[in-house]
Amino acid sequence: MNAGRRSLGFMIAAAGMLAALVLPLSSGTAVALSARPMLLMLALAAALLFAIAAWTSGPRAIPLGLAGALCGAATTLELLRDESVVGSAASGYWAMVLAVWLGSALAVIQLASLWPRDHAYRRAIHLAVPLVFGAVVFYLWEVSVRGFGVSPVIMPAPSAAVARFIVSLPILGGDFVQTFVRGVLIGYVIGCGAGLVVAVMAQRFAFLGRGLLPLGNFFSALPLVGVAPIMVMWFGFDWPSKAAVVTLVTFFPMLVNALAGLSASGHMERDLMRSYGASHRQMLTKLDLPAALPFIFNALKINATLALIGAIVAEFFGTPTQGIGFRISTEAGRMALDMVWAEIALAALAGMAFYGLIALAERATTFWHPSYRT
Amino acid sequence: MTSNTLAFPASGVGALRQHPLVERYAPVATIVLALVAIWYVAAVLMNLSLVRDGFEREETPYTVSDLIAGTMSAERPLLPAPHQVIEAFTDSVFGYAPTAPRSLVYHSAVTLSATLLGFALGALLGIALALLIVHSRVLEKSLLPWIICSQMVPILALAPIFVVVLGAIGLHGLLPKSIISAYLCFFPITIGMVKGFTSPDPMQLDLMRTWSATPRQVLSKLRWPSAVPYLFASLKVAISISLIGAIVAELPTGAEAGIGARLLAGSYYGQTVQIWSALLASAVLASGLIALVGLSERIVGRQMGTRP
Repeated sequence: MNAGRRSLGFMIAAAGMLAALVLPLSSGTAVALSARPMLLMLALAAALLFAIAAWTSGPRAIPLGLAGALCGAATTLELLRDESVVGSAASGYWAMVLAVWLGSALAVIQLASLWPRDHAYRRAIHLAVPLVFGAVVFYLWEVSVRGFGVSPVIMPAPSAAVARFIVSLPILGGDFVQTFVRGVLIGYVIGCGAGLVVAVMAQRFAFLGRGLLPLGNFFSALPLVGVAPIMVMWFGFDWPSKAAVVTLVTFFPMLVNALAGLSASGHMERDLMRSYGASHRQMLTKLDLPAALPFIFNALKINATLALIGAIVAEFFGTPTQGIGFRISTEAGRMALDMVWAEIALAALAGMAFYGLIALAERATTFWHPSYRT
Repeated sequence: MTSNTLAFPASGVGALRQHPLVERYAPVATIVLALVAIWYVAAVLMNLSLVRDGFEREETPYTVSDLIAGTMSAERPLLPAPHQVIEAFTDSVFGYAPTAPRSLVYHSAVTLSATLLGFALGALLGIALALLIVHSRVLEKSLLPWIICSQMVPILALAPIFVVVLGAIGLHGLLPKSIISAYLCFFPITIGMVKGFTSPDPMQLDLMRTWSATPRQVLSKLRWPSAVPYLFASLKVAISISLIGAIVAELPTGAEAGIGARLLAGSYYGQTVQIWSALLASAVLASGLIALVGLSERIVGRQMGTRP
């Protein structure tokens, strides 16, 4: 993006902040900005920062733009505490929101195009860009839901979901233990373990391997979560049925990936091992399994999300009065969408933490792989 | 290998054993047969106490063969025998008119329409996102991490919300299910297509630049053709995910038709045979859809002149 267009964008953002002083804030009887000294200061500061950012060149505009966006965001969020603005925000208010969006977008674009020499700086930028982007998305969600007065039945504001999350921590903790610790983890360990053992056996006996590979590919494409009602019938309402579904869902991806991985070691390495007179077990533990680790971790990562989905879906078919899936379906039935979103946030956090742990373990054990050596 | 080539010419059985068709399909057939045998044994074992209780309740004398025959044809077995499932499947596929609510064809068509619409939406969204990401570094840096994060969220958990939200707006029926399918299946397509669009050599890109090709020409003449193999690989993954999405979306919504509704009704009323035949229908659908994608891959490949 060239400099001229960038400074024009910042000018427009500054103008948007100033326009809020003149235009009406809401269609109701809200007090104008000029009557609230704190907010007036914030809005003017935002306009000033945007204006300076328009005149500065290069990367120095980034902190100015971000600071201006922060001031503007604070102003608009603070205004939402006024009952007369919520649900009836008007042109002046939206001018500020658009200015914040424009300013932060320009700053993010500038930030993403930086390419510092220093490795640590580059990693910081890689982290900062998506974070700022996500913050802007959540800000726009919050502001538009509350500014337009969208009914909480349709879409609750993120702040409402966060508030509900904090208030109902004990319930969420119980659901987490029921769904994740009991259903997902146990089923995940059994399913992945069984898949790995069968793959090792299939590698030992070629006939079994040739028979299992096409079948495994076929089964891993089937909608296996559909067995959930059968598992609930066999193993009852409590966690064993969920663990059984998770076991079944995670088994085939692990089998297919581990089979591919176990044949990943090269002929040279095999010949070397054979010339050392290595036994089958030594071949397996010293060559084949380490060489298969990248594939196994790939399966573990795929399975992390599949397992959570499997457990939640199994809870739709019957469960004791606990669990993420149970809570989601009952609270959605009661139109308590803030609780539903809190549960989804819980599931997302659990899923990301699970995935992150696996990725960390991968880095620790497959440091030798070309994809990590750079 | 070496010892085989040095051996005497193989006799009849040996030659048969080394026939390529046998070598390829014998292991699969053996394992399938073994699985069916295990299934029968499991059906006998799991239904045994059920059938025995039935006989004892009616106080009729019974023999072991009566018991085993009973486990093969129980009304509501814990595990129906394979032939029962096949029978119920063919009966509900061919036994009713395709529009009757008891026909599996009808339910499969409902699910199939949601799957295909969701798949089309997801494919379009996935390709569009990949195009945006390939052409803008800012988007690559800011959007891609969030797309990956979005897959850490167990998306099926969103199914009830989507249905509630869209129902509140006034949308019912096909669209909510398709949106869930689309949300599930766009991800592999985006990731695959980003890989595909960036797969051309830097040399080839440089060559395009020396010809002063516009970005659009680079896209249509270089990036798009070299992304086609990636496209089909990710479409195969996406279509099976899309089917899963459509089935699961039918669960919490209390849908009246569709394979998911069939599963739910079967589990409410303990109709195990119905659940299994619905599962079989979903398996048939999944393999049919994947075969279709494979077929179109071959047709497109032939038209583009790839060698098999």
